[in-house]
Amino acid sequence: MAADQVTPAAVEARGWGWRHASRIAWALSDVSFRIDPGERVLVLGASGAGKSTLLHGLAGVLGGEEEGESAGDLLVDGAPAVATRGRAGLVLQDPDSQVILARAGDDVAFGCENLGVPRAEIWPRVESALDAVGLDVRLDHPTKALSGGQKQRLALAGMLAMRPGLVLLDEPTANLDPAGVVEVRDAVERMLQAQPATLIVVEHRLEVWLPLITRVIVIGAGGVVADGAPAEVLGAQGAQLAADGVWVPGHAPAAPPPPRGLPGESLLSARDLSVARVKGRPVATGIDLDVHAGQALAITGPNGAGKSTLGLTLAGLLPPAAGGLTAATLLAGDAGPSPIRWTSRDLLTRIGMVFQEPEHQLLAKTVRDELAVGPRALGMTEDEIAVCSEELLARLRLSHLAAANPYTLSGGEKRRLTVAAAIATRPRVLVLDEPTFGQDARTWAELVAMLAVLRDEGSAIVTITHDLDVARALHADRFELGGAP
Amino acid sequence: MSTSTSTSASAKTQADAPARSFLRWRIVDIVVASVIGVAAGLIFLAWNVGYLGPKALLEPLLPGIQGLLDGPWLFAGVLGGLIIRKAGAAIYVELLAAVVSALIGNQWGGFLTLEAGLVQGLGAELIFLLFFYRRWSLPVAILAGAGAALAGGINNLILWYAGSGPAFTTIYLISTVISGAVIAGALSWVLARGIAATGALDRFGSGREARVRV
Amino acid sequence: MTLLDTQARTGALAGVNPVAKLGVSALIAVPLILTLDPVSASVALGLEFVLFLFAGIGWREFWVRTWPVWLAAPLTGLTIALYGQTSGEVYVDWFVLRISEGSLALALATMLRVLAIALPSVVLFITVDPTDLADGLGQILRLPARFVLGALAGLRMVGLFLDDWRALELARRARGVADRGRIRRFLGMAFALLVLSIRRGAKLATAMEARGFGAPGRRTWARESRFGAAEWMLLAVGAAISGIAIAAAVATGAWNFILGPAG
Repeated sequence: MAADQVTPAAVEARGWGWRHASRIAWALSDVSFRIDPGERVLVLGASGAGKSTLLHGLAGVLGGEEEGESAGDLLVDGAPAVATRGRAGLVLQDPDSQVILARAGDDVAFGCENLGVPRAEIWPRVESALDAVGLDVRLDHPTKALSGGQKQRLALAGMLAMRPGLVLLDEPTANLDPAGVVEVRDAVERMLQAQPATLIVVEHRLEVWLPLITRVIVIGAGGVVADGAPAEVLGAQGAQLAADGVWVPGHAPAAPPPPRGLPGESLLSARDLSVARVKGRPVATGIDLDVHAGQALAITGPNGAGKSTLGLTLAGLLPPAAGGLTAATLLAGDAGPSPIRWTSRDLLTRIGMVFQEPEHQLLAKTVRDELAVGPRALGMTEDEIAVCSEELLARLRLSHLAAANPYTLSGGEKRRLTVAAAIATRPRVLVLDEPTFGQDARTWAELVAMLAVLRDEGSAIVTITHDLDVARALHADRFELGGAP
Repeated sequence: MSTSTSTSASAKTQADAPARSFLRWRIVDIVVASVIGVAAGLIFLAWNVGYLGPKALLEPLLPGIQGLLDGPWLFAGVLGGLIIRKAGAAIYVELLAAVVSALIGNQWGGFLTLEAGLVQGLGAELIFLLFFYRRWSLPVAILAGAGAALAGGINNLILWYAGSGPAFTTIYLISTVISGAVIAGALSWVLARGIAATGALDRFGSGREARVRV
Repeated sequence: MTLLDTQARTGALAGVNPVAKLGVSALIAVPLILTLDPVSASVALGLEFVLFLFAGIGWREFWVRTWPVWLAAPLTGLTIALYGQTSGEVYVDWFVLRISEGSLALALATMLRVLAIALPSVVLFITVDPTDLADGLGQILRLPARFVLGALAGLRMVGLFLDDWRALELARRARGVADRGRIRRFLGMAFALLVLSIRRGAKLATAMEARGFGAPGRRTWARESRFGAAEWMLLAVGAAISGIAIAAAVATGAWNFILGPAG
């Protein structure tokens, strides 16, 4: 069907390294490997090992001399990677940051326009690219109405239309729900069948990708640590990789012990509750549930079912659209039975909320101040605040970052910080929206362990999650929110 | 002694001495400048409505004193220049902010809003040019804010206040320059530093300068 | 401008190239700016209302979009009335305030002028799709594609701003700081929004570069931007409106060049 078949690219790295201008340490150094055309490679390594940097380098988007320093050679088809833009396609992790234009067809055509493809050829390519990834939308479908999985597939289509010989995927499924993950993996498989290309994937969730790949390269400090067939490498390095945070099949992270006691009294109860973000348009109705002290509750369900909205309503941040949400006197004290009517200060000691996107909750200029925001709002003395902050910093292994700006922390560290900030004021109920989303195995284990401890101390934990492993690890009651009301 | 060999084969990056880097706009420069411009445009829109109250209060006190309220419309160019640090950044960001505020509808008519944006951006740009696009300190920012205010003030006098007397004209110009220097100049500088501290500007010179290397 | 929604617009103006609409806005504004008199402004305003009938927007939307204009025009006029150039009989003279026959006349003229210039711009731009505008600017006016498309990409962030803002508000309530200090909180939220947007922008820039944006070589356009009969006709209509308005002002002797002697 295509007039010119694209040939897969050969990749070679010879002692390649990169240092970002804003850092002292090299992100990667002395990486050497050779990849033959058509191979499908999975790149693994600990967080911060430089895997992303490698992919960005292959795509030629790391920036020039003013942004960093490189060493060695990185070659695509024998030519330096920076000079071969268009030969490699890169899909990134965040679905929202890759949508360039407002209409789906235009977005897919963007890459072709940049490569100077004649107009007559662009639209046929767009159609076949959308077909290849299985995205069945009209060309003028608004891109902001697409789900996360659809947006990632749109990005794949946009890349595919450029006919790249090298396909680079940088954690493409990290920010997606399980259904989206499968969609994207299937789309990649279908895509490679339609247009053979060399594939390099970085991911930390392996089982999804293992059937597709032929080779694994592990990157660590000082270059390539292991390189070979999947079974071999995982066999030899499996345990180490699992310790570094990769989700290696057969090396699941340790689950915390089961709850010590029985669940306590009900702290919050919802009766025939309807929740809505926009007034007059409820997303879920007829909800009956109880939140008990010393117990975990997992709210699950497909995308769009209203889980986040329910979480925000339970946390007293959104008003119930209909029905009742009552807080028991044990929780409410003298603040009244309706959480939405409580003041912001009242909420601090009663219901804490951890948002899905940590950056929405960062308020202060340093990590230490961030932990102090809640206690300060409560009116604790400076000494008490200092003690409380130090304790939390130690507990969450953030002490070495106490003076850093919260925005500069890594994803996992920001997540730990927002959880720490929420528990600084010891709320009896803690609501978390997708706490383990996109996290590696290590952070996952830490968060789950911490939540188990909080549960055993008598708090009520409500987590909204796609990840059923979390629900299992916390021995949580499950509340399934159906699809359409 | 550096042991690295650069893999950037493209001749153009080698030919550009660092001193001339203020001329070449990278894609990240353009997109981030656009984001700042759009955000500033939204602030302009809010201020388009918000300034009416203070204006009604200030006007009867002294003719022309409403120039003090001009600052919020002038900061886009200064902030853009301080963050992006390329030639034309001030004009581009101020113009884009004006485009956004014009397109969502405001009371001065699309075309003239754009023209005002262009003039105000030019005022700030000229100051940055005077310092050869190398000095981005607080005094420079203040001067750029004042420059934008002066240009915009003269523009407003010709277009909107054409029928006004000398008292009005003088007081207006003085008050708008003060507003520009403080709000558009000094506050923009503080804001740029605050944003740089979050690490959001690591790909820019302004970001790397403000942060300690980790 | 359909920044916040992508509803398809109907009406004769909807399909016209946005560059032409930009041109009309300029054609109406520039001549009217040169003079400060009630005749040219009111004639232009009258002719514009005829144009609005073809714009394809409902009355309700017209008022929703243009209310700031209707509010600001009299206020600007008020400024001139109170502090404008004095001439003719003086009605009020108190401290620096001076209302005179001349200043009232200038006030009326100013008010009409604001309406005559602003209203068509607002109405025209309601029917503009940002991507089409970018195509037009790049293909017809030949502005550099990097800037036009980079700006368009940045512009698209507006929609995301709203979602982020709501989340930021709720987060502050959850952290215990939403009870007092509204201004401080607003500024904090605005700062957070700016930081979030800049980060997202930097990521978007990488994504665009990964699709070959900014690479050397010629760029093609997938959507053709045409400038044909309909566009020229709209420009002619715009020129006619300002032409007739100016002619009326000169004919009645009301022409008052702003840079000329006061009168």
